[in-house]
Amino acid sequence: MATTPSRIEPQPATATATTAGVTSGHVEVAVARTPTSPRPLRRRSEFDPVDYATMVGCAISALALGWVVFTHLTEGIGWFGFVVVVYLCFLGLFGLVTADRLGRLVATDRLATVAITSGAILLAAPLLWLVGYVVLKGLPNVTGHFFTEDQGGITPGMPATRGGGSHAIMGSLEQVTLALVISLPLALTTAVFLNETRSRLRRPVRIFVDAMSGLPSIVAGLFIFAVLILPNAQKSEVFGNNGLMASLALSVIMLPTITRTVEVVLRLVPDGLREASLALGASRARTVWSVVLPTARNGISTAVVLGIARAVGETAPLLFTSVGASLYNSNPFSGSQESLPIFVYRNIRQPLATQIDRGFTGAFVLMLIVLTLFAITRLIGGQRRTQRTARPRLVTPQEDLEP
Amino acid sequence: MTGPANDPTLPMGADLDLGADRGATATLTTGSALDLTSGPPRTVEDPLAGRRPVRLIGGPPPGAATLTARRACAWFGDNLVLENVDLAMPAAEVTALIGPSGCGKSTFLRLLNRMHELVPGAALAGQVLLDGQDIYRAGIRAQEVRLRIGMVFQKPNPFPAMSIRDNVLAGLKLARIKCSNRNELVEQSLIRAGLWREVRDRLGDAGGALSGGQQQRLCIARALAVQPNVLLMDEPCSALDPTSTRRIEDTVAELRQHLTVVIVTHNMQQAQRVSDHCAFFLATEGQPGRIVEHDTTETIFSRPKDERTLAYVEGRFG
Repeated sequence: MATTPSRIEPQPATATATTAGVTSGHVEVAVARTPTSPRPLRRRSEFDPVDYATMVGCAISALALGWVVFTHLTEGIGWFGFVVVVYLCFLGLFGLVTADRLGRLVATDRLATVAITSGAILLAAPLLWLVGYVVLKGLPNVTGHFFTEDQGGITPGMPATRGGGSHAIMGSLEQVTLALVISLPLALTTAVFLNETRSRLRRPVRIFVDAMSGLPSIVAGLFIFAVLILPNAQKSEVFGNNGLMASLALSVIMLPTITRTVEVVLRLVPDGLREASLALGASRARTVWSVVLPTARNGISTAVVLGIARAVGETAPLLFTSVGASLYNSNPFSGSQESLPIFVYRNIRQPLATQIDRGFTGAFVLMLIVLTLFAITRLIGGQRRTQRTARPRLVTPQEDLEP
Repeated sequence: MTGPANDPTLPMGADLDLGADRGATATLTTGSALDLTSGPPRTVEDPLAGRRPVRLIGGPPPGAATLTARRACAWFGDNLVLENVDLAMPAAEVTALIGPSGCGKSTFLRLLNRMHELVPGAALAGQVLLDGQDIYRAGIRAQEVRLRIGMVFQKPNPFPAMSIRDNVLAGLKLARIKCSNRNELVEQSLIRAGLWREVRDRLGDAGGALSGGQQQRLCIARALAVQPNVLLMDEPCSALDPTSTRRIEDTVAELRQHLTVVIVTHNMQQAQRVSDHCAFFLATEGQPGRIVEHDTTETIFSRPKDERTLAYVEGRFG
């Protein structure tokens, strides 16, 4: 055993422990296998702390350079020019320093990363600014009252914390829900028609849908007003200025949005699934209903989210249809009804600071509601079917024979 | 295995029902000169021996069926891709369609269960007889035909929105078939497809979560659940690893006791291993695909009559 210490054999632990020569042999093998020095990680495509330090350094130098040039050497060309010049200086400095440190290839890669990242930040900034502004202006005035009270007995001069927007919240929810109930079946049918049939009419229908999505939203409201409300309002309350008319106008807006999105997701369903279904003896209609639509369920829920997002913030179609009100009206089939966009629109135009605050509060709650609706739709549409079939099983000898 | 079944021009009838005398055990004999799987012929046990089959209400009639193509032609637009194909696929046997790419094997296969007509601009001529009756005759719906003649595709295509169990039962749901014991049907179909042991504890999981080979076996189980008379397989193993291929070949060997199998394959050894009959398709330059030769698998691989067949099975072209 001692003559062949490097041979690796399964040995009883007691035998190796007692024989010194063998033990040292094992140790040698172990040393040879594990590297003594830690291996430096080589992730060349990722930024390391030195890169970040370089970035900060370059940013400071660029700022300093810009400051010197703009305040001491020239008369300045305004803040926008300052930002552009400083940014370009920063990019140039960063490129030079990195090229000096890591070579030109890496420098190009880093520069591209920095440029693209700053582009993304530039895009996100206005959104964050907008959301942050509304939250800052709206949040302080949001109280429990806003969700339970309407504007009854509230004079314009009262602080925004008095009174509430429950009538507007209720109206918005009802109108959007009704609009969704009206437009979703229509949109699904149209999308299925466009994508699953071979009709000659598909082309004209697609053009109509495209044209409809470009329709100005006020025209949708005007259309409902002229076609339904004006001729029929005297005869029936249902055709008066009410929530239903508003949801009809909103469905005109929603329909093309949902149709186009659903059509795109239906196109993404692999043809192999349709073939598989047809090969199992399913009819085309059955294939669409049981295979294509369930497969595209996530996409359809996205389409619904987009449709809601499009409709819930629309003000123009509501101006002639539901008109708006300051009192609670939960019946969408009778009487004018408030909704959040109209609430915001009316209050924000007022001269009094309290009214403007009220408008911002409404805008904040509107954003909150949109967020909640998104979350709910995502939850409904995104959940996977995982019903587990729990039932006792016996392992038959036959199954054990399987390889 | 010589007999009337090899004559494609013979009218089909009950006298061709070669599967009737098969017992619960079938023996695969592929002892030709080219056989790479040398050794004793594989004996395949019926994994469902002793189990009562689940009855379906509204499903296809029980038993294997004979499939016969008579002077079948196929067009895509004005392009004739398949001309005058005569082929008998005897009941309860495995027929392999071999030949180079683009020779019309898959088109022929899709002609057999009316999937061909789904392609825009596709046209066909001739007859396809299922137990003596033309599947293209007036008054028969494509759904009925496809219900009796199942299909497994080249790419595994389980329904991603359904669980494994629902995938197996998809055929019942899609064709509105009723079944007395769904759990038993799921189990039997999965056992027959050789997948039961791997998935029995996670029947509720999504079908797309399985590996490629498992997905293909799930598709086979799905096709088997409606208890078709014929199963068409379009290169079912071309995207799979050797182990999965082997398992699917075992499945085919088991299936031949219960139904007719028509399998398209590019793999010569596979054709040799699994099939009883072989048809060699060939499309020469500018010409539509035709059957060059068809015979028992043993004959095709050991002493084919046509020079081109010999060249193909020996791997000298194609």
